[in-house]
Amino acid sequence: MLPTPSTSHVSFDNVYEPAEDSFLLLDTLSSPAETAFLHSRFHPPEPPSPLVLEVGTGSGVVLAFVAANASTIFGRSDVVALGTDINGFACRASTTTLQTAVTDPGTSKPGHFLDVVNADLASPIRSGSVDVLIFNPPYVPTPDLPDLVAHENYNTLSPGAKSTSFEQDSHLLALSYAGGADGMEITNKLLAQLPDILHPERGVAFILLCAQNKPNEVKEHIMSWGKSWAVETVGSSGKKAGWEKLQILRIWRIGP
Amino acid sequence: MKLLTLNFLTCARKACKSTTLAFPLRPKDAELEIVEADLEPLFIRNILPRVEWEALRTLCQDLGLPQLPPAAPEPAALFAPNPSDPSIPSDKLVRPGKEGEGEGEGEGEGEEGAPTQTLKDLHHVLLETTIREGKLVCGNCGHAYAVKEGIANFLLPSHLV
Ligand SMILES: [Zn+2]
Repeated sequence: MLPTPSTSHVSFDNVYEPAEDSFLLLDTLSSPAETAFLHSRFHPPEPPSPLVLEVGTGSGVVLAFVAANASTIFGRSDVVALGTDINGFACRASTTTLQTAVTDPGTSKPGHFLDVVNADLASPIRSGSVDVLIFNPPYVPTPDLPDLVAHENYNTLSPGAKSTSFEQDSHLLALSYAGGADGMEITNKLLAQLPDILHPERGVAFILLCAQNKPNEVKEHIMSWGKSWAVETVGSSGKKAGWEKLQILRIWRIGP
Repeated sequence: MKLLTLNFLTCARKACKSTTLAFPLRPKDAELEIVEADLEPLFIRNILPRVEWEALRTLCQDLGLPQLPPAAPEPAALFAPNPSDPSIPSDKLVRPGKEGEGEGEGEGEGEEGAPTQTLKDLHHVLLETTIREGKLVCGNCGHAYAVKEGIANFLLPSHLV
């Protein structure tokens, strides 16, 4: 068992607290099957330093885990970790989580933390630059999505305020779980960005889904992108009446 | 925010993403902070092929940093020849090591000479030079993204999305 990064400094009033889904990602990314896949895909000397992007870092626990354990997960420590979150409070919290994890003297040969930027999904990421993308989406089916027009006001402390308001916290937390129809509205936006941002040969994405997201339909959708893409369920938890409650899809480009 | 991070970012507006003008985002009114980081020579060597050199030169110019050479340094310029064995051809010095996995062996540990000043300068520019406050401006649409306390904000007002 690899150590779980500390998030004790994070205020979970407005930042998503690590939960079963986060831990499923940690377990899957460090599983023998996935580390073997990543070792062979990113075997040095080629390619150069892999870029790992986590979309929606929240507390930062997943990206910090990957960065701190880069040598085990990738077989190389020259990995760079970059994060995005739409919630500015989460950006600051996860920056601290990452910095703490990669500078922990108990960590042997960690990867390199770049930054966490405040962004909507992967919108400012350069085309073709991402080797490994990780996404624990807002996957809960909800009647509506949080109102993004109001987001700017909720994204920072009000002038003079010492702490966030209840409405503000509710809005920010809703961004971490509310997925709209089938819980897929945000995930579908990210899936639409994948072909552009993933590296044309090496790109691979790990995306978490819940049963209500209709994972089989999601997989069929990805298969429809053509022969240069592959998709597989590589982690699951919470078996209930034959249904996996949560699962992780690995979506990757395959050579011609 | 590290200058290396800017190597992977562009304007968040869809219409700008495919234009060359949107990269790199141009720092404006930037307040820099030097944050010391441990020198890891092999990391600098392995990240270098991913660095868009022209863009990095532009950034250094914008920020008033010492000018970088016109072309990215060759791998051989990053490590001094190993003085104990001058017969090793220079390309041997920078080639990653055994085929083995794990333990960093594949990263070529233990084959290089001492890091050169060129490598140290790159480390300083890419990892230790950070933008604390300021703006990042898109060369295509002119939108300015704020950097506050080292965190860049790429959220767009809804009419620009
Ligand atoms: Zn632009």
